[in-house]
Amino acid sequence: MAVTDQQRRAYVASQAADARVNVELQTEDMILNIGPQHPATHGTLRVVANLDGEQVVWADVVCGYMHRGYEKLTEVRTYPQITTLVNRIDWLSSFANEVPFILAAEKLMEIEAPPRAQYIRTILFELARIANITLFIGTMGADLGAITPVFYAFRDRERVLNQIEAVTGGRFHPNFDRIGGLKDDLPRGWIDETKAVMNRVREFCDELEELLMGNEIFQARTRGIGVIPAEVGLSYGLSGANIRASGIDWDLRRDQDLPLAWKDLDWKVWTHPDGDSFARFWVRLQETREASKMVDQMLDGLPAGSIQAKVPRIIKVPAGEAWVHTENPLGEMGYYIVSQGGLGPFRCKIRSASFNNVSVLPWVLRGTYVPDIITILASLYFILGDIDR
Amino acid sequence: MIAISLPFWAETTIKTVIVLAVIPASALTLGYVFLMKTMAHMQSRMGPMEPGGFHGWYQLIGDGIKFIQKEDIIPDQADRAIFALAPTVVLVSTFLLFVVIPAGPRLVVENLDTGVFFALAVSSLSVIGVLMAGWSSANKYSLLGGLRAAGQLIAYELPLVLAVVGVVIQAGTLSLQGIVEFQQHGEIFGWGGIGLPLILTQFVGFVLFIAASQAELTQAPFDMPLAESELVAGYTTEYTGFRFLFFYMAETATAFALAAIAATLFLGGWSVPWVHGTTADVLGPFVLGAKVMLVAFLIYWIRFTYPRFREDQLQAFAWKYLIPLSLANILITAVFKVVF
Repeated sequence: MAVTDQQRRAYVASQAADARVNVELQTEDMILNIGPQHPATHGTLRVVANLDGEQVVWADVVCGYMHRGYEKLTEVRTYPQITTLVNRIDWLSSFANEVPFILAAEKLMEIEAPPRAQYIRTILFELARIANITLFIGTMGADLGAITPVFYAFRDRERVLNQIEAVTGGRFHPNFDRIGGLKDDLPRGWIDETKAVMNRVREFCDELEELLMGNEIFQARTRGIGVIPAEVGLSYGLSGANIRASGIDWDLRRDQDLPLAWKDLDWKVWTHPDGDSFARFWVRLQETREASKMVDQMLDGLPAGSIQAKVPRIIKVPAGEAWVHTENPLGEMGYYIVSQGGLGPFRCKIRSASFNNVSVLPWVLRGTYVPDIITILASLYFILGDIDR
Repeated sequence: MIAISLPFWAETTIKTVIVLAVIPASALTLGYVFLMKTMAHMQSRMGPMEPGGFHGWYQLIGDGIKFIQKEDIIPDQADRAIFALAPTVVLVSTFLLFVVIPAGPRLVVENLDTGVFFALAVSSLSVIGVLMAGWSSANKYSLLGGLRAAGQLIAYELPLVLAVVGVVIQAGTLSLQGIVEFQQHGEIFGWGGIGLPLILTQFVGFVLFIAASQAELTQAPFDMPLAESELVAGYTTEYTGFRFLFFYMAETATAFALAAIAATLFLGGWSVPWVHGTTADVLGPFVLGAKVMLVAFLIYWIRFTYPRFREDQLQAFAWKYLIPLSLANILITAVFKVVF
């Protein structure tokens, strides 16, 4: 299925030939602005596409319509205040944004959260992943014209959000992670409820596998569309499911040693060799199911004990630099904190996954058709807040 | 038998009023039953089940009021006359479709001898309106949508017509009324208990007809011209308020009309096997209505389930699968007609 380099070169050559014919026939290219206000960009991304008929000659991505200056804002906030900010980077999996930041701060302070806090962090992290990717599965269907999956996705995502809300008090922006631990313990009865919800999530995955992924039209629309070979994906800095769908077996949950629960669990990193839109969808669907199983395991093996390590009342982080990155739902997310010993960081560089993920678009959109632009945009899966920060 | 004779002008006026009343009524019925309730049940949508209390009965009325309230915007660059005319052209095509559909032995606006031919011919008139809308909006998305619609409607006109040819060969007439009567009086291997609904012999034709009419209606999986996630709203992008409502009404009423034609051609139309004469005139509209609902449910079910084709896949589907299949269907039907 994968497009070879030779095929691609042949394609570009045929494009050039077409272009020459067009010069003779005096046809004009049309520049189509997809976005910043367009239903398929799920926000304010702008794709400038130069079209020959409905075929893309070249395309460019313009981002920054939603830039909120979070890196600068962190410099005038204290550490506990910053979690409120970073919640809003990838707003569909807010808790997952807090974790690497808190871990980076803890690394500088040389403290570690107690095991129970680590487990609850990981559970909420994976719940955020499920809430996020469930929505992707739905919107991918919506972008391809199937209107039903998105409603199923919202229905079942609601249950996951309810569980997050029961612990943190916030559906979207939990702001729950603290340096050295967590704000609160789990509420009573939450474990059993969550197990039921995880069962429902797996049913949802099975349902969507039949309704959407097994559909012939869906396969015809996604297979072989938007192929990103592994080396291209790596050179553009793709991460997360996008790079795993190109056959690179790279998952930061497994490949690094963080004080979180993943190392204790029995789970599998899913990869797909094709690198096309279908592979990206497939990998994400498998990851959702895998995440629900991980949550089940963690709920069974939840250690007892405190949820908060001893930290001073006023948190001052000693001078130094720390880099922590984690495998977020959208890909690699990391924080590089430079501290000069104050109440807040001197400088905080945020590496968010979507910015790099969309940077491959000009490369991958060349020669595709207008409907394929939408497929590729949907399958790369970005959150606008995660691109622009 | 009650014989009523009216002067020509009075008859024409009554017929026009009836057809004019049927269009919004059918659009409302389908809109309410399928676009609101069935969709809400299938997709677990909460919204359309809430307004007004019982089962969300107020939803459609509220939608109608919303459309009427909206400002009528015509873009600066638009070709005003054509822009304003386009929705009407689309609606006229739907209007003409209702002329030939029989709802009873004598309940038909105009019993044309070439009824099927007429219906299929006027159903393709709408493409002119769609092209006008796409061109005059001065919007790239509208233009792409209009051109896609034109390509698609022309490609699917052919399987639509060819799917019907099998029925015409078997019934031996082009008149819709004649086809219904053929089905009513037909026999299955000498047994005339339920007549001969042509879906039994022309099942392939029925499937082809539904697929092609799905494309004629620009509904999923053939909704590229409107493709909300790609072309914003296709050729209707720049339309607001009442003009948009015209497109919406035309689409839903055409769905009703095509379902009625499918019911007439394949399911026996108004006929109930053991009912004849005036009773059939009274029962006919209800029987036809029930059959229309059945076919329309099928159409909307497919619409809610499938993703959308790409433009080239859609053309390939028409030319490589539907048309050869319908030609084979015609051939086999003709052979059987000659042999038996």
